[in-house]
Amino acid sequence: MSRETFRLTVNGASYEVTAPDRKTLGDALREDCGLTGTHLGCEHGVCGTCTVIVDGRPVRSCLMFARQAEGAQVRTVEGLAKGDTLHPLQQAFIDAHALQCGFCTPGFLMLIVGALEQDPDMTEEDLAHVLSSNLCRCTGYASIARAALAAYPRPAPAAE
Amino acid sequence: MNEAPRQGSSARPGAGERLFGRAVPRLEDAPLLTGRGRFVDDVQLPGLLAVAFVRSPFAHARIRAIDCEGARGMPGVAAILTADDLSPLLTSGVVAGAMPSAAIRHEVYRPVLARDEVAYAGEAVALVVAVTRHQAEDAAEAVLVDYEPLPAVADGRAALAPAAPAVHARLPDNLLATFDFHYGEVDAAFESAAHVVRAEFDLHRGGGHSMEGRGVVAAPDPLEDRLRVWSSTQTPHALKAALCTLLGRGEDDIFVSVPDLGGGFGPKLVTYPEEIAVAAVAAHLARPLKWIEDRQEHFLVSTQERDQHWRMEMALEADGRIAGISGALTYDIGAYTARGLNVPYASGMMLTLPYNVPSYRLDIAVALTNKAPATPVRGAGQPQATFVMERLLDLAAAELGLDRAEIRARNLVRAEQMPCRKPLKLRGGTDLVLDSGDYPATQSAALEQAGWAGFAARKDEARAEGRAIGLGLANYVEGTGRGPYETVTVRVTRQGRIRVSTGATAMGQGLQTAMMQIVADHLGADPANIDIHLGDTAEPYGFGGFNSRQTVVAGASADAAARAVRHKVLSVAAHKLGVEARALDIAGDLVVETGGGNRSLTLAEVAVAAQGIAGFRLPGIDTPGLQATERVVIDDMAYSNGCAVAEVEVDRATGGVRVTRLAFAHDCGVMVNPAMVEGQLMGGIALGLGNALFERMAYDEAGQPLTTTYADYLLVTSAEMPEVAVSHTESPTYLNALGVKGVGESGVIPMAAAIASAIDDALDDLGVRVLHAPISPQELRAAIRAAGGGAR
Repeated sequence: MSRETFRLTVNGASYEVTAPDRKTLGDALREDCGLTGTHLGCEHGVCGTCTVIVDGRPVRSCLMFARQAEGAQVRTVEGLAKGDTLHPLQQAFIDAHALQCGFCTPGFLMLIVGALEQDPDMTEEDLAHVLSSNLCRCTGYASIARAALAAYPRPAPAAE
Repeated sequence: MNEAPRQGSSARPGAGERLFGRAVPRLEDAPLLTGRGRFVDDVQLPGLLAVAFVRSPFAHARIRAIDCEGARGMPGVAAILTADDLSPLLTSGVVAGAMPSAAIRHEVYRPVLARDEVAYAGEAVALVVAVTRHQAEDAAEAVLVDYEPLPAVADGRAALAPAAPAVHARLPDNLLATFDFHYGEVDAAFESAAHVVRAEFDLHRGGGHSMEGRGVVAAPDPLEDRLRVWSSTQTPHALKAALCTLLGRGEDDIFVSVPDLGGGFGPKLVTYPEEIAVAAVAAHLARPLKWIEDRQEHFLVSTQERDQHWRMEMALEADGRIAGISGALTYDIGAYTARGLNVPYASGMMLTLPYNVPSYRLDIAVALTNKAPATPVRGAGQPQATFVMERLLDLAAAELGLDRAEIRARNLVRAEQMPCRKPLKLRGGTDLVLDSGDYPATQSAALEQAGWAGFAARKDEARAEGRAIGLGLANYVEGTGRGPYETVTVRVTRQGRIRVSTGATAMGQGLQTAMMQIVADHLGADPANIDIHLGDTAEPYGFGGFNSRQTVVAGASADAAARAVRHKVLSVAAHKLGVEARALDIAGDLVVETGGGNRSLTLAEVAVAAQGIAGFRLPGIDTPGLQATERVVIDDMAYSNGCAVAEVEVDRATGGVRVTRLAFAHDCGVMVNPAMVEGQLMGGIALGLGNALFERMAYDEAGQPLTTTYADYLLVTSAEMPEVAVSHTESPTYLNALGVKGVGESGVIPMAAAIASAIDDALDDLGVRVLHAPISPQELRAAIRAAGGGAR
């Protein structure tokens, strides 16, 4: 298995990665960049725990090879807060009690941030649809939806 | 009583403000939200090697030979070990299960690695160590195992048939155990009954499916000749005990700690062969090793709950009062025992609890099958028992022409009966006593919230529009706070910080925060001044997380230890200041005068004084230091209770079921943190919804697992969650000083029963009866067609 050296840009910083072609982005972030905030839940693209943002889109980092992210802007949970100031969504998760064990949480954060940056005008219904892409075994989801709406208030649906 | 969780990070109280009982923000949140959580797979050490296991593709086979030679030469491979290689490293080749029982007929403990025979698909037969996980998995695939497939049996009742294939070739039969519950005059009750209803129930439950799988890191420390082990376990003390025994080491030679746990839900309470194997090989190779379970392994080998078949009958008086319950339960426990008989025991014991049942007999047969071992998943047999009891009551209501809520009201244990002694024994032999609660009032609260009284009109309107909606209910009792104790040590450090350590182990439920809230009010009420150390195996006596026990038993010990330390703090400060202790209070990190004086000491000053000075008497205390260790012993369990009312809409054309609304009234005693209680309920409700409609760990007849991805095995997503209205009532238990009961499993327990009841209601024109779970659209559609609904 060939091992090659390439660079990944994560949260604005450049990392040198030496890895075989088959290494996923999720594994490379954790093992080669030391960014262990991204977690792997199912490694077959269903649970969404490993979601990161690649060039502005939420992506399952277990389904993408690290080499495919060469030259892209990758964002992970470690890049959300600015110093000690939490991202509004992180604060909203605290306020809404939207996490318990916290394992799936980075994936939900990056999913919501990525989806709303991509489509800032999405409706509450669209947002609910987005949330159904990831799995959480602890919270029953309602608190996650409350947190997302608190951080990204949606206009009330137009009256018919 | 519907108290919305009080929220907001600004809720940090000042000195003197009570933290106990309030929805304060969690201590756990900030690191977990910023990527600074520390889960077992985040543990990185110099020279760390990766482990992968070679696993059996057969549900039952004899191992003729294992050829590792080709694999050993592959890139990165450091070692490959089979059971024979492991044997000299261990005092025993099996992981002896907890929970001994005289009823168990065959000793079937899990091998650390299988040597001659595998008894379920996924069982580990060799361990590969390599530089990277990729390399370890490549080599594991290249290990050549010569299997001779043997006949397998994958169904509990089939396994007990006379000519069934043997699950283990060495055993004469597959009957692991029989036992029963029996009290009262059951036969007489049925002979004189005005009504008898009968049914058979098939109840499946799947796996735990914590989003983090299991995992273990083991690192030998050559300087201290110790082994450090980090494991994603709910029970670090049990793991440490097993490692000390199997590796032949002293208690000070192995140190187990639990990093952040990415969910537990039951399967992580068991000590696993992989944890033993990885630790033994790490010590043998003198290298740190890491094994992280992947999702397929979680499906194959993490313990699961399992099928229960119930054949039951209920005898009733003419007025709807229960006269007796009788029947039989066949329980499929898989290929090995990892937690004794405690799931079927809990099912049999819990069945009648919410109600007055004068006579009861249940014969339980536990069958071995060629499947992964079954142990508790959140709920631990209680959801199935609740399903059976509640469905029998629905059948009885129909037989007697009574409202489903009314027949329950006539039978529920009443508030004035509390404490209510039941003619049943806990597994330790003590009498079962329901401690507190008002079960009829809880049911009434749920009915009111759900609009039970006005529902018939809504149902008729919907039916006129061609929609089938239904409402169903289920009551439950949850046994919580399993004793005998959990250790908690509280100490004020010389820096003036409050350090709390305990064997209690977090699974994500916010246990640090709960412990902080319990301790803080006695010791200055400043969350920022308190450090909580959970899953601490430096303390020799502890149990860990299971059975919704920790807030109860660790909470009681934390409260007692904090009170003792407070007494010492005030005694030392009173001595130093020359005042009465009762004229002092603790506010933040200061001991202050309360009666007008304005002198104060810092906790650090008090702590330094309390350690003593050579040659001088201790300052106002008999024993040195500001420390107390408490192990409050609580043998009886505290019983939480509740009632779920589910509303469903059934698509008659497809058999699809959507749960549209849920009213959930419950009572878990005094709540330490209402927001965390609600979080526990909501998570349990989601799992219960999955058990009712979606989660099926399917095997074929040869024991091959069929559902090993999340495309095949469906977990509930946000799209399936109904609107949930929770109402809290707090009936304090007298069993602990705080009045708290557990709530970790409450949400899951009544869900399948309430949803089945609602489906029946939606289809009552057809007379469809749901007597199994999960309820798939295919099965429900078939039942609708069989009942004459939807000719297509």
